[in-house]
Amino acid sequence: MNANPGYAGLQEGSETQMTQLALIIDLNVCVGCHACVTSCKQWNTSGPAGSMCDDNPYDKDPTGTFFNRVQSFEIGTYPNTELVHFPKSCLHCEDPPCVPVCPTGASYKREQDGIVLVDYDKCIGCKYCSWACPYGARELDEHQKVMKKCTLCVDRIYDEALPEDERKPSCVLACPTNARLFGDVHDSESEVSTIIREEGGYQLMPEWGTKPANHYLPRRKTRIKIHDDELIRSDNPLKKEGVKPKKIIDDQTLDDITSW
Amino acid sequence: MHPAFSVIFLTTLIGAGQGLFLALVTAQSYAAVDFVSIKDANSFYAYGSAIALLLLVAGLFASFFHLGHPERAWRSAAMWRTSWLSREVIALPTFMMFVFIYGTMHFFGWDPLILSVEQPLQGQLSLYVGIIGTLMCFALFISTAMIYACIKFLQEWHSPLTVINYTLLGTASGFTLATAYSAIMAPELVTLFGTWASIITLTALISRSAALIRNSRIKYKSTIQSAIGVRHSNIQQKSMGSMGGSFNTREYFHHARMGWFKSIKWLFMVLVFIVPAILLAMGMQKNNYELLGLAFIVQYGGLLLERWFFFAQANHPQNLYYQTV
Repeated sequence: MNANPGYAGLQEGSETQMTQLALIIDLNVCVGCHACVTSCKQWNTSGPAGSMCDDNPYDKDPTGTFFNRVQSFEIGTYPNTELVHFPKSCLHCEDPPCVPVCPTGASYKREQDGIVLVDYDKCIGCKYCSWACPYGARELDEHQKVMKKCTLCVDRIYDEALPEDERKPSCVLACPTNARLFGDVHDSESEVSTIIREEGGYQLMPEWGTKPANHYLPRRKTRIKIHDDELIRSDNPLKKEGVKPKKIIDDQTLDDITSW
Repeated sequence: MHPAFSVIFLTTLIGAGQGLFLALVTAQSYAAVDFVSIKDANSFYAYGSAIALLLLVAGLFASFFHLGHPERAWRSAAMWRTSWLSREVIALPTFMMFVFIYGTMHFFGWDPLILSVEQPLQGQLSLYVGIIGTLMCFALFISTAMIYACIKFLQEWHSPLTVINYTLLGTASGFTLATAYSAIMAPELVTLFGTWASIITLTALISRSAALIRNSRIKYKSTIQSAIGVRHSNIQQKSMGSMGGSFNTREYFHHARMGWFKSIKWLFMVLVFIVPAILLAMGMQKNNYELLGLAFIVQYGGLLLERWFFFAQANHPQNLYYQTV
């Protein structure tokens, strides 16, 4: 008997899904270089699932399918502004609203690692799943006419032909500032869980109850508080009596003694 | 959202087909208890069912243009446990089958009395088929509307009014069509259908207006602050990560000018409700099938605009991420 059904539900939920792989994106160090975007496109357009379309790449109105995009937001009013670069990809929600709406079962969430995937051979291209994603994380490939989204590089992270330290999503490996971390957010002791806990990791649009697995780390300022009495020593013994020591004029100086 | 013509035609065509079938079954149930008598009833029901079936087939045909891979459409019946779209995919052909059986039974006059409790009430097999068809018809209305109403973050759609409006608007156009059809085939039914068409049209006017009023006061749950998780009242997007637009800029915005968008609302209010109500009243008085036919054409045209507006008005929270190139 458990008095708190919500807590019991959480327990059951974590039992059915042991692992939930996710990305942690640190907005504090992202510099907006788009290396994750290009490496993502390079890896996934070269994969066995076929290319991701890319129309007019060097022409007017370039457009194409991307799993990952970096956007920029200006916070504040000039001159007190800050530019936040914001990488956005599928958040691999723990309760993904895009999965149950799929009429064919092409969209699914993997039991073993929580990755949300699309079976391109079953997708009929009805776009309903993209309507049901509040984040706009899914993009229809205009050439293959199927829905595409971030796979968390599922064809890479389990590939034993790769050296172990390369079995990570392409975007994570490409990031020059280490703003992207990859790991299991259900394992409380993992690097990603620790950093979410300690650095204030948060989820996007928590109001919809989608429970995104990906977390973002906020901008963090390193500040120290210096009190006035630390700049001017209030207990300076020389100032204690209010009288500064004066030189005694009649005393001999070093010059008086040493000059002969 | 971007209004797709395939879906606009699908929902309005099957709505009219469903409404016409409901009208036929209504007439037959009135006739069963001798409220009305219809000369040559069998061919009236048979050809009426054929028109309803034609509208349903046309709607189904339009829906295929929405799919990237229409050849895989058969797969879409698989997930009926969770997906309203899948349920619609099952409900539409099932309903079409009942319309077909209903029409065929009347066409060949296969209508045995299976139950005769008391003399005025005659159990006719075709009426029972019609009643099961009616249940399927409502299942289809609910499935179609729930596709939109079940997405909780499309707040304009996430309301019982969506289901009510889809049902009432489809039924209204079907009854208007039935009025025009009966003016040619069975003039004795014009008053019955015309009265119901007017009542349903005016009820739909109330429920659609309620939805418009509700939607004009929506407070969006998602904000740019919750979208990127930064607490500041002044956040401006400077780049969306692509220069020439993407699926996200094409699928979720209606791209219509604000003046056009607003005028569509008033235009469909006039064309769906006011003009057909007047034409129905005039046509019923004169028993003029041209006026009644015009009432249906005007109402159907208005419904196309209504459906366009229904999609265009929905504001998807992903748009918060796509405010500027």
